[in-house]
Amino acid sequence: MAADVEHGTTFTVVPVRRYGQIVLAGVVALLVAWLAAAGASSHFINPAVVGQYLLNPLILGGLANTIFVSIAAMLIGIVLGVFFAVMKMSSNTVLAAVSGFYIWFFRGTPVLVQLIFWFNGVPAVFHDLALGIPFTDVIFFSMPMVAFMTPLAASLLGLGLNEGAYMAEIVRGGILAVDEGQVEAAQALGMVSAQTMRRIILPQAMRVIIPPIGNEFISMLKTSSLASVVTFGELLRRASDIYSSNLFVVELLVVASLWYLLLTTVASIGQYYVEKRFARGTARAERETPWQAVLRNLMKLRR
Amino acid sequence: MPQATRPMVRAESVHKRFGRLEVLRGIDLEVQPREVMMLIGPSGSGKSTFLRCINHLEQINAGRIWVDGELVGYRQVGTTLYELHEHELAQRRAEIGMVFQRFNLFPHMTALQNVIEAPMLVKRVPRGKAVERARRLLERVGLAEKADAYPAQLSGGQQQRVAIARALAMEPKLMLFDEPTSALDPELVGEVLAVMRQLAHDGMTMIVVTHEMQFAREVGDRVVFMDGGVVVEQGPPAEVLANPKHERTRSFLARIL
Ligand SMILES: Nc1ncnc2c1ncn2[C@@H]1O[C@H](COP(=O)(O)OP(=O)(O)OP(=O)(O)O)[C@@H](O)[C@H]1O
Ligand SMILES: [Mg+2]
Repeated sequence: MAADVEHGTTFTVVPVRRYGQIVLAGVVALLVAWLAAAGASSHFINPAVVGQYLLNPLILGGLANTIFVSIAAMLIGIVLGVFFAVMKMSSNTVLAAVSGFYIWFFRGTPVLVQLIFWFNGVPAVFHDLALGIPFTDVIFFSMPMVAFMTPLAASLLGLGLNEGAYMAEIVRGGILAVDEGQVEAAQALGMVSAQTMRRIILPQAMRVIIPPIGNEFISMLKTSSLASVVTFGELLRRASDIYSSNLFVVELLVVASLWYLLLTTVASIGQYYVEKRFARGTARAERETPWQAVLRNLMKLRR
Repeated sequence: MPQATRPMVRAESVHKRFGRLEVLRGIDLEVQPREVMMLIGPSGSGKSTFLRCINHLEQINAGRIWVDGELVGYRQVGTTLYELHEHELAQRRAEIGMVFQRFNLFPHMTALQNVIEAPMLVKRVPRGKAVERARRLLERVGLAEKADAYPAQLSGGQQQRVAIARALAMEPKLMLFDEPTSALDPELVGEVLAVMRQLAHDGMTMIVVTHEMQFAREVGDRVVFMDGGVVVEQGPPAEVLANPKHERTRSFLARIL
């Protein structure tokens, strides 16, 4: 208790007692203890098995695949996002409508459905993938669709095209945030619109676009686990391949989860430094510690 | 007033609408090479719009504008006007410098980069040559030592002087100024006007929208008063500003002086 001296009198200051919070904290602590005890007594998790599989070559390969497919799908998404954002803002109504449809469709359907569609749906409908001149018999190149639509190809198409639709809206927001006077100044100097976009608008839009790209990437690390349904050997798929033979289901899910947590935490820390660089001068960037930023990022439950 | 055979700018019955709002209602004007024309008028009279029509940032609805004998925005064959392609429009704009009220410097580039960007990108000037020219221009506007500063690190007056250097880097034959000092703190106005005064002295053809009547009187060869989308009165600054003939000019000047 703090003491205060005024005119020779000593006052005792008693802070408000938050009884509700104390009771709540007690209840939560009890629940956690009970869960831990239940887990331990029922051999819910065998820590030795978790330790044994944490560095298993199959799991590590899955980890590498998860990182690879996340980065690759992100890059596809960024390229598509810039492309469709510019297209949606075009004065050509056909281009704008096509882009609007793309964004509407790919954001409006579950990415899981899209993955299955690419892997199972497309080869069922189209037998061959061919490159030629439409409406003629000229064909430069052709291959069976099943040979083309590997698990990796389906994963990249599904995740990349879906991400592109989200990125398009992010990029468009970034472009809209650039002052109109910039376009005028560039045009008055004799730049054509493509030069204006590349040299003046996009570099400035980057400040707005980069922080959400970090969020998207963190989401993507987790979303990529959906590629397991098209048999792509990423982290979750490898874990489930192992537990379907040895039946250590929970242990292998724990192994996968530990790796996902490590990935998202590392990415969040990276995100913190990137955001800090691009949010110079704003209040939030000054206040937050890396750990707070990690929690804030992981609390975003978009997908 | 300087005389020449071919006007630098010729506007003939220029009309411009925004939706149902008629902003320019028949502007006829000529600006001779090396002439400095001061454009004054109340807010909303269409001064900025007219400037923007000259380099085709705005498309006019009727009438024609020529810059240095070339039709703005169109190619005329007989009585048919063919709209110019974007690249041709850009080429024409590259020959006309424009300075904005809010500077519009590129914030992600240093002062030097702002000045060399368009010459390198649009006119394909080699980097070394562009940098050399840019340094000379920055020196001319008194900012040689600020070459590596970003716009955010410069005062308003310094930013506007960089913007003038940026426009001059394209070696324009005509400079358009849209209230270049209106966004500046009073103590910074002088440094920008000094640069413009020097530019006028060096023989640049200029159209300047301004509320600085003292400057208009001293530097302008001619003052044009616009109101309601038409030219109400024009003539030598001393006459128009001291003895306006029209009531609208008189009441405008009485309000701002
Ligand atoms: N892009 C636009 N769309 C619609 N209306 C516009 C547009 N640009 C200008 N206007 C309108 O046209 C009129 C003339 O505008 P303009 O900017 O040319 O005036 P101004 O003489 O430059 O005035 P100020 O001294 O305030 O800059 C105003 O009523 C303005 O609201
Ligand atoms: Mg104006």
